[in-house]
Amino acid sequence: MAITVDRKPLTLWEKLYLPAIFGGIKVTTRHAWNTLFRGKVVTMEYPEQKWTVPEHYRGAPYLVKDQEGNTKCVSCQLCEFVCPPKAIRITPPGESGQKADRTNAEKMPAEFEINMLRCIYCGMCQEVCPEEAIFLQKDYSITGTNRADMIYNKEKLLSLGGEVGGIQKWKHKLEEAKAQENFPVKL
Amino acid sequence: MDWNFIIFSLVKLAIIVGVVQGLVAYSVLAERKISAWIQDRVGPNRCAPPFAKYIPILGPLLTRWGMFQPLADGLKFMFKEDFTPAGVKKIYFFLAPAVAVIPAMLTVAVIPFGSVMGSQKMVLADLNVGILYTFGIVSMGVYGIVLAGYAANSKYPFFGGIRSSAQMISYEISMGMSVIPVLLIVGNLNLSKIISWQADNGWLVMYAPIAFIIFMVSSFAETNRTPFDLPEAETELVGGYHTEYSSMKFALFFLAEYSNMVSSSAMMVTLFFGGWTLPFWGLDHPATSLAMGLAHIGVFMLKMLFFMVVFIWVRWMFPRFRYDQLMDLGWRTFLPLALVNILITALWLWMRS
Amino acid sequence: MSTAATTEIKPALTAIEHIKVKVDGREIEVPRLIADWSGKLTPTTMIQACELAKTDVPHYCWHPKLPVVGNCRMCLVEFGTPALGPDRKPVFNPDGTPKIAKSPRPAISCATPISPGMEIYTKTPAVKQMREGVLESLLINHPLDCPICDQAGECKLQEYSVDYGQSSSRFVETKVHKPKAVDLGPRIMLDAERCILCTRCIRFTRDIAGDDALGIVNRGSYNTIATFPGIPFDNNYTLNTVDVCPVGALTSKDFRFQMRAWFLKETKSVCTSCATGCNVLIGSREEKIFRYTPRDNDAVNASWMCDAGRLNYKWIARADRLKEVLVRGQKSTWKAALNEISDKLKNAQAGSVAIIASARQTNEELWLISKLKSKLGAISDSIPRVGEADKLLVSADKNPNTNGARITGICFTEMGINLVKISDGIASGKIKTLIVFGENIVKRAVANEKLRERETVSEVVDEHAITAELLAKLDTLIVSDILPNETTKLAHYVLPGCAPAEKRGSFTNGKGRVQKFMKAVEAPGDARAEWEFLHDLVHNVTGQNGFVTIEGLFNQMAKEIPVFMGVTWQALGDTGVTVQI
Repeated sequence: MAITVDRKPLTLWEKLYLPAIFGGIKVTTRHAWNTLFRGKVVTMEYPEQKWTVPEHYRGAPYLVKDQEGNTKCVSCQLCEFVCPPKAIRITPPGESGQKADRTNAEKMPAEFEINMLRCIYCGMCQEVCPEEAIFLQKDYSITGTNRADMIYNKEKLLSLGGEVGGIQKWKHKLEEAKAQENFPVKL
Repeated sequence: MDWNFIIFSLVKLAIIVGVVQGLVAYSVLAERKISAWIQDRVGPNRCAPPFAKYIPILGPLLTRWGMFQPLADGLKFMFKEDFTPAGVKKIYFFLAPAVAVIPAMLTVAVIPFGSVMGSQKMVLADLNVGILYTFGIVSMGVYGIVLAGYAANSKYPFFGGIRSSAQMISYEISMGMSVIPVLLIVGNLNLSKIISWQADNGWLVMYAPIAFIIFMVSSFAETNRTPFDLPEAETELVGGYHTEYSSMKFALFFLAEYSNMVSSSAMMVTLFFGGWTLPFWGLDHPATSLAMGLAHIGVFMLKMLFFMVVFIWVRWMFPRFRYDQLMDLGWRTFLPLALVNILITALWLWMRS
Repeated sequence: MSTAATTEIKPALTAIEHIKVKVDGREIEVPRLIADWSGKLTPTTMIQACELAKTDVPHYCWHPKLPVVGNCRMCLVEFGTPALGPDRKPVFNPDGTPKIAKSPRPAISCATPISPGMEIYTKTPAVKQMREGVLESLLINHPLDCPICDQAGECKLQEYSVDYGQSSSRFVETKVHKPKAVDLGPRIMLDAERCILCTRCIRFTRDIAGDDALGIVNRGSYNTIATFPGIPFDNNYTLNTVDVCPVGALTSKDFRFQMRAWFLKETKSVCTSCATGCNVLIGSREEKIFRYTPRDNDAVNASWMCDAGRLNYKWIARADRLKEVLVRGQKSTWKAALNEISDKLKNAQAGSVAIIASARQTNEELWLISKLKSKLGAISDSIPRVGEADKLLVSADKNPNTNGARITGICFTEMGINLVKISDGIASGKIKTLIVFGENIVKRAVANEKLRERETVSEVVDEHAITAELLAKLDTLIVSDILPNETTKLAHYVLPGCAPAEKRGSFTNGKGRVQKFMKAVEAPGDARAEWEFLHDLVHNVTGQNGFVTIEGLFNQMAKEIPVFMGVTWQALGDTGVTVQI
């Protein structure tokens, strides 16, 4: 059933539209005055001025290195699996591929591509990463002149990602293993 | 045929058309700038050719105020794809923009935009039925819009066209009625005569304020400007009658709207605010020198620009009327008011005589 | 030949007594004896009863095709047996049901035989607690390197950790670190840390492969799988240990770090490396094949397959695959080439055409070729391929569909004896057109005189006299193949075909089992499945319009060939049907 909303009938004064007109003139004049002569502009002149990105902003995902400059990604491909728009594409190293930066981590991706045109910045890759190797960083202005430009490869992602430290689990494990070097039989 | 007359008419024609086009272009910029200021923004401020910033003094003004924006807009319109949707009625579709823009340009012909320069009257056609001509031409403007709405063969333009025809016909009546007191007072239909009467007796807005208000509001409706922009109501009709238009055809509708604004402003100035006259500095009688002639034109332009700004300012001040309110206002408020106004003016004139 | 087709050779189960047991309160009948890994009848165990009851019991060391050792303790369950009174008579509850004496201690379900009336409890809190305890102990020294472990995604330890594991470890001491990435053999890599010592690999190698190569060395926490020092683990079945390994301790060097298991699309297929026809799953992703893994089929390969067959897939992705239809060396289209060939074949004199088909082609394709053959009055044969057999799976016959070629009449029981006639026919100019499918006939060609000499001393007919010189005498040489070779270079018409992984079809293996296989990846370029273009060709030449689907084609073939009588594509199922050959 339709609900009839009671409207307050307008008074004669209001029916002349004059209060509304004067109100309108007042408001618009005030704003125009403030903008023109007091510089109260709410917009930002974008490429010259940039906004401060909030702390937990989810921008473009980049690969990071650890505090010793090693690639953290071990090519587990969980991010590729979880990525809803299938923006991530990892080429595993294979048996004979390039060895990982960290001796103990055994592998790192031969190629790691993120198609920034497909990426939806959901942050699932960061959430799923068991190695804390991928982070959504604060870049929001991702541009390129063609489609190929927008597919970021491993080198580009690593150089944009910078360094993010961490617990260095593989290094820790290696040290533990070295401490147990009196292992009874060498295989 | 007097060759002198033809040549001078052609020159005046060229100047008028040029000035009106320029005014239209820059009123679009003004529209954007003023809207920006009212909405706490900056507005167009980047469009400038690379060399503009090296011009001394003017440079920053040219670059920071978007003075070249109209040029860019024009270029954009030129180079956009002129898309003709499938299913449109082709002939009408192509005809509509022309039908819209021609009356808008024609109205200016009878408006005296200055006194005299040398021996030339500063009016293209000094008709003795100037007002009648104006109204006749203005009422043709609706055909462009109705045609556009019909030819597009699409829902929203159709609604726009329908709304527009109803709205323009309604307001034309009160508009016509509102001018009758002016004619009664002056006793002449020639616009030049009306101006000279005002020069002698003071501006008509003081004699017929109600008529002025009705005329102004009706001209808002006639030009399809906010708060009466129902034919194009973007939020409801996706642009209304010109939804299906693109490129220069769309630009022509734009041109028509702003030309209408210009001619409406000119009419208001002419009918109620003394046209090119000013009651002081001796500017109230036809010019005797070239400088004075120029000053008259300047006065006229200034007055007109003031009303252009009012047009623009109002757009960013008021919300759009609802359709029933619009009709209510036109038929039940302005029409009776105009009729009463005629009666009172007639009575007053009869009592005075 | 008999026309009867049996679905499977089933052991005579009727003779085995069935007993009733209850699994989680649900009564089922299970046979008292069940065939174990070696086929010997042994008492049914609780885990098998649970399996028959479709109740999942987690386990690591138990494998249906391996001897039972019961060392992982993961399959612990609680159970009870009917109580006996002091008079050795069953005791009944007041409601008449037999009273169950619950065993005070749990038992490993993999090694405890069932008895009549036994009740097995797999869902009690105690069982859950035991599983959690066992799992926690297994995880004490297990490195949590799932991100770099190839087993992740198909790892039993991962799966049961989700079911019974704790989110954090209570173990605060340092884990024992064992050697990682140990090169165990040419195809196997060992990560000793990940090993949970279930000994499945040891039992497989010792008992199934018959090569006692693996063992456990060191004591306590330092237990490690190892080979004899200096002796590589390199028999032909090593990769099966990767399959049986429930964790990522043994990994295949071929598949190592190639692709994560969860991305692989698994297609049911058949290995084509020999006449055994082991059932396989093809793991592929985005038109690239990553691995073959054996698929259970008790009638053919149990759960195993040989390393040679398993690794024989890389040629499918070779860059030099035939991808274009060539007419006298020029690129052409299927339509144009097939029309041209059909016209030539239609106008060919009876007896002027010879066909050399391949026993690597499917039954359907060979049947279509036989149609062509009978229409043209052609002489046909295929090339035998003989190698060495072993005791477990590998056959001496290296063609996957020798029996198919025989059944469809492409060759005689002894394959290759018509090749002499063909070479003679070409030499005498009688045979003008030769159609070759999937064989490089020039490869084993030996000049006629030499062959005659040799025939006296050797019975092996894998050499023949169709040399390149003879082929040059032909008017028309039509070759369909997958990879380029000398024969395709000589051909007037080259028709690119598909690898078995790129099409559907069926093979008849050495024992007469008809098995179908599915399409895993798309064929490259213009390559088309042979049965598709053969269908067009047969239609053009003979006017017979057969079926355009593989199902219809198989069913039609089964109707026309007595051996396949009664078999349908549908009835082949996943594991095939044995026919009498």
